[in-house]
Amino acid sequence: MKSLRRLFIGLLLLAVIPAVQAERLTIAIPSSFVPFMFQEDGEWTGFEVELWEAIAEENGWDFEYNTMNFSGIITALQTGRVDGAIAAITITSEREETMDFSHAYYDSGLMVMVREDNDEIQGIEDLEGKRLAVTTGTTSDNYAEENLDDIEITRFPRAEQAYLEVRSGRVDAALHDTPNVLYYIETAGDGQVKAVGNNLDAQSYAMAFPRNGELRNDFNIALLAMMEDGRYAELYEKWFGEQPD
Amino acid sequence: MDFRWDVVWNALPQMVEGAQLTAWITLLGIGGGMIIGTLCGLVLAARVPVLSWIVFVYVSVIRGTPIVVQAMFIYFALPLATDIVLSGFVAASLCLAMNAGAYITEIVRGAVQSIDPGLHDAGLALGLSYPQLMMTIVGPLAFRRTIPPLGNQFIISLKDSALFLVIGVAELAQKGEQLTSQTGRALEIWTAVAVFYLLMTFTLAMIMRLIERRLTIL
Repeated sequence: MKSLRRLFIGLLLLAVIPAVQAERLTIAIPSSFVPFMFQEDGEWTGFEVELWEAIAEENGWDFEYNTMNFSGIITALQTGRVDGAIAAITITSEREETMDFSHAYYDSGLMVMVREDNDEIQGIEDLEGKRLAVTTGTTSDNYAEENLDDIEITRFPRAEQAYLEVRSGRVDAALHDTPNVLYYIETAGDGQVKAVGNNLDAQSYAMAFPRNGELRNDFNIALLAMMEDGRYAELYEKWFGEQPD
Repeated sequence: MDFRWDVVWNALPQMVEGAQLTAWITLLGIGGGMIIGTLCGLVLAARVPVLSWIVFVYVSVIRGTPIVVQAMFIYFALPLATDIVLSGFVAASLCLAMNAGAYITEIVRGAVQSIDPGLHDAGLALGLSYPQLMMTIVGPLAFRRTIPPLGNQFIISLKDSALFLVIGVAELAQKGEQLTSQTGRALEIWTAVAVFYLLMTFTLAMIMRLIERRLTIL
């Protein structure tokens, strides 16, 4: 009996210890979104990853990544299940209602991807009556839903799946964030897909936190300091090959 | 914690749309599964040479891999390896039919083999052919025994259809995910989605129960 009780107390302690140590922050991250975040030899890297890790180090934050689909990340922020998220998240008025944003650190937009042999679609205005692939819960998803009439939208958990749809011909086009579309075409498109039209719907990326979290202010201070002393510009140039505007 | 009914109310049209797609995929899935399962189950029960072996491989492969892997394979991998490019809806229905078919095969085999061999022998003694024996004696008895496990399988198939959100099918669970990220109201949306699934599985269970009652022969 006594040893049973000891075992029980021991197990209880084991359950409690991680809770005491739970000062580690949980940061939500999509499994891959080049060149902002992706894994190389099992290690996270990318523009946003390096930016966040530099800021976390400056603030002495201990953290771990939690990989989720984009729509899951948005929900996790809204329900406070994570302490923050880096996911190339666009600042929108709608999202600002349910979560907090840091200062913006990347100017992005939306871009249309079609097959190389498609001459019919020249830009976003030609998408009506066509089949379009997007990633669930992204700004492209909302944009297509609200602004494009008579369009058949197929939603996928991940961006590459939407791009594969274009290549397999099951949809006519994919709509997604400009840097990711261009990066994919250049590095993984095999010359089968191309980008058409203008950079659409100017938008900015920021790190997102649950409402009224404590991290945002410290994050912003460190971010602005990096922008002032040139470390941000250095990082930007490393990943995008040019100086930020 | 406040529960905002207006969120549920506004989301209803989209959820009904998703539920309809879920219902169609499930109907095609279990319909196809019944055809596959009955044929394969009889092949196994009758120990048809060669065919039995093929059915054994089919059942082993399907039961031995998760349905999400099967869905990914049919939808994403197949077009790369072959020229077969299926739409999300077709891929989902086909995947569900093949999956349900494997389990129904075992249900049918088990039911047929559970019929007393004495009845089998008696039929043969009366001069019935094997098809006649199946149709008139073993079949009706075995069919009744398949009803409870079939009801189980149908409900499992309906719920399995939720994971076709990974291949871009706009069924009920995907609608739930999309609506949650749109509205930020996880509690309301997922409660409503759960109620929708419950209504559908409950309806299925009631239908199976009705069939079982009407078949009270022995």
